[in-house]
Amino acid sequence: MSSRERILGRVRRALADVPKDDTPYERAVRRDYAREHGRRTAEQTVDLLAENLADYRAIVHRTGTDGLAGVVAGLLRERGASSVLVPPGLDEGWLAATGVTRVADRAESTPHELDRVSSVVTACAVAIAETGTLVLDGSPDQGRRRITLVPDHHICVVRVPDQVVSSVPQALERLDPARPLTWISGPSATSDIELDRVEGVHGPRTLEVVLVG
Amino acid sequence: MSGTFVGMPGFHPHGLPAFPEAAREAVRDTTLRGNLRHATHTIRAKRARAVAEVADWAELREAGKRIKDHTLRHLDHYLVRLEESVTAAGGTVHWAADAEEANRIVTRLVKETGESEVVKVKSMATQETGLNEALEAEGIRAYETDLAELIVQLGKDRPSHILVPAIHRNRGEIRDVFRTEMGAWGRPAPEGLTDTPAELAEAARLHLREKFLRAKVGVSGANFMIAETGTLVVVESEGNGRMCLTLPETLISVVGIEKTVPTWRDLEVFLQTLPRSSTAERMNPYTSTWTGTTDGDGPRVFHLVLLDNGRTDTLADEVGRQALRCIRCSACLNVCPVYERAGGHAYGSVYPGPIGAILSPQLRGTGSEIDASLPYASSLCGACYEVCPVAIDIPEVLVHLRERVVQGGPAVRGGNKVVLKPAKGHAAERAAMRAARWAFGRPGALRTGQRLASRTRRLHPRTLPGPGRAWTGSRDLPPVPAEPFRDWWQRTQGGDGGIGGIGGKGAVK
Ligand code: SF4
Repeated sequence: MSSRERILGRVRRALADVPKDDTPYERAVRRDYAREHGRRTAEQTVDLLAENLADYRAIVHRTGTDGLAGVVAGLLRERGASSVLVPPGLDEGWLAATGVTRVADRAESTPHELDRVSSVVTACAVAIAETGTLVLDGSPDQGRRRITLVPDHHICVVRVPDQVVSSVPQALERLDPARPLTWISGPSATSDIELDRVEGVHGPRTLEVVLVG
Repeated sequence: MSGTFVGMPGFHPHGLPAFPEAAREAVRDTTLRGNLRHATHTIRAKRARAVAEVADWAELREAGKRIKDHTLRHLDHYLVRLEESVTAAGGTVHWAADAEEANRIVTRLVKETGESEVVKVKSMATQETGLNEALEAEGIRAYETDLAELIVQLGKDRPSHILVPAIHRNRGEIRDVFRTEMGAWGRPAPEGLTDTPAELAEAARLHLREKFLRAKVGVSGANFMIAETGTLVVVESEGNGRMCLTLPETLISVVGIEKTVPTWRDLEVFLQTLPRSSTAERMNPYTSTWTGTTDGDGPRVFHLVLLDNGRTDTLADEVGRQALRCIRCSACLNVCPVYERAGGHAYGSVYPGPIGAILSPQLRGTGSEIDASLPYASSLCGACYEVCPVAIDIPEVLVHLRERVVQGGPAVRGGNKVVLKPAKGHAAERAAMRAARWAFGRPGALRTGQRLASRTRRLHPRTLPGPGRAWTGSRDLPPVPAEPFRDWWQRTQGGDGGIGGIGGKGAVK
């Protein structure tokens, strides 16, 4: 007997007490929790996002569409970035005002090569106001997961208010589980020393979020 | 059986002292007690604030409980579904009946890649199976990359907390471990390393970076597996998880079968309750989800090893099976007055604290002294139930397991129905009684617990069957429910002695 059969057999014997007509999933799980916490206008939702991002030490900037290229260029300059990773589908206009060397997100590039790049600029799939979370789904304007992981400086552009939802349940509705997702809430951190939060371990230690709209 | 329940070296249940002996050592270690007290008290208050922020906590908790219960009641169906979805998404599913089989599968998979080292993201399942040691025996080096796991690995230590395995270490001790041990494993600690947490984190970053960048094989666990879509979820903080999940060419995930949930939508509950319960954050810094393999992004090869190792035996127990709802948040450890005083090592398992006290004796059976004594390593104050985000009634299961230890009865071990003999007259009984005496000899511990004891519990009063009734009744009797315990013991044991001193205060040794 294979272990698969053995384990499934054990599970079935263990559940001999469960009736055939046990309550189906849809009725077994009551979903009477909130779809979102509190009522807000779209503008207030964006404000809450900014507040919660900052609370977990992301650096938040706000600009209109016209100012975006200037803001991105300024952030790269202040950082002293010598190179910037660019996902294949990034809006070219976002980097129009900077002369920093562009590095394409290529399948062949090794982790060591990525480690030599200063910064990365991406879009996101959705942002969650209540938790201060950005979700990346690997779309062409966000690139492979590793490009937002190895460089130490991540600039993430969020189109507001369209890409902003209030809550975790609302975010999950918008996301496709078939895509590899990365949920980011602030720069990397650890609570492993005396259960106290310290920012900056393996992921980008600086996370800058540009809310554009 | 030896291969089945070994766990980490030093965690073989038959080689371990029973709970009270191990706890006594911890109580004597004032540094350890100070470290634990500091850490658990810090997180308690923060968790309470994080939970208070969401008005629908009770509803989320109830939904989490129901999702898990429903899944467990139909686990065969959901496991088959999960296997189909993972396979359709490009992954390969393996089934491991016990720890030895899981280790054998992983070792073979690593060898097939031709590599001799792996990077690991913290995983309770592989700690439980003792994977690192099994790999080491085959010439494969496993690097732990979670900061606390790294501290434990470098310090040749044992984990003492689910979330923060090095919680028993303070910053000064961590600095010393880094200074003396890092060099032997790779990049040494920076010159002049101080004990500020930021510098310690930086030292870990530098030390591990070279390992991440060259890694070809990653090994992980998972917090959730979604049957409907075949998606796995890893919730973390540091980014070491992302490194292990995305940079290597091959990813091997070892996950307990109870981590399954039916649908994508179910995450809307757990991604709200888990971060707030564990690190007291609105959301943890990083959560990764992946479904099989993705062209050009992340590992090209993905293996999922589904682990039983005593879980189906636990499932067979209608009272005890609720322990499988656990999402390993560690909130119950952080509020437990017994854990705070005894320390994580006293529980003799990778699962310490209240959850360990009900999980280890079910996963491993109650044959050893440590496992027979664990159900007694509690004052039944109910604080663990109160904070549990999936509402596991830990006191109820403890009482149930005490009955099993004392009275014996039917159980399932290794998939077979057995009838357990009462522990009476055996070493296990004596160990259990010493544990009970230890827990009851701490009126201070009990009072703390009773203050925390649940308002929720009182809203849902329940009477436990048999001996449990005495315990339920005793919960509101200040300050120490020693008398009811003695009554119960004498009633069930016919008052034939053997527990001298239990009713007394018991000396704090
Ligand atoms: S038993 Fe509950 S509180 Fe304890 S770790 Fe598991 S889920 Fe968290």
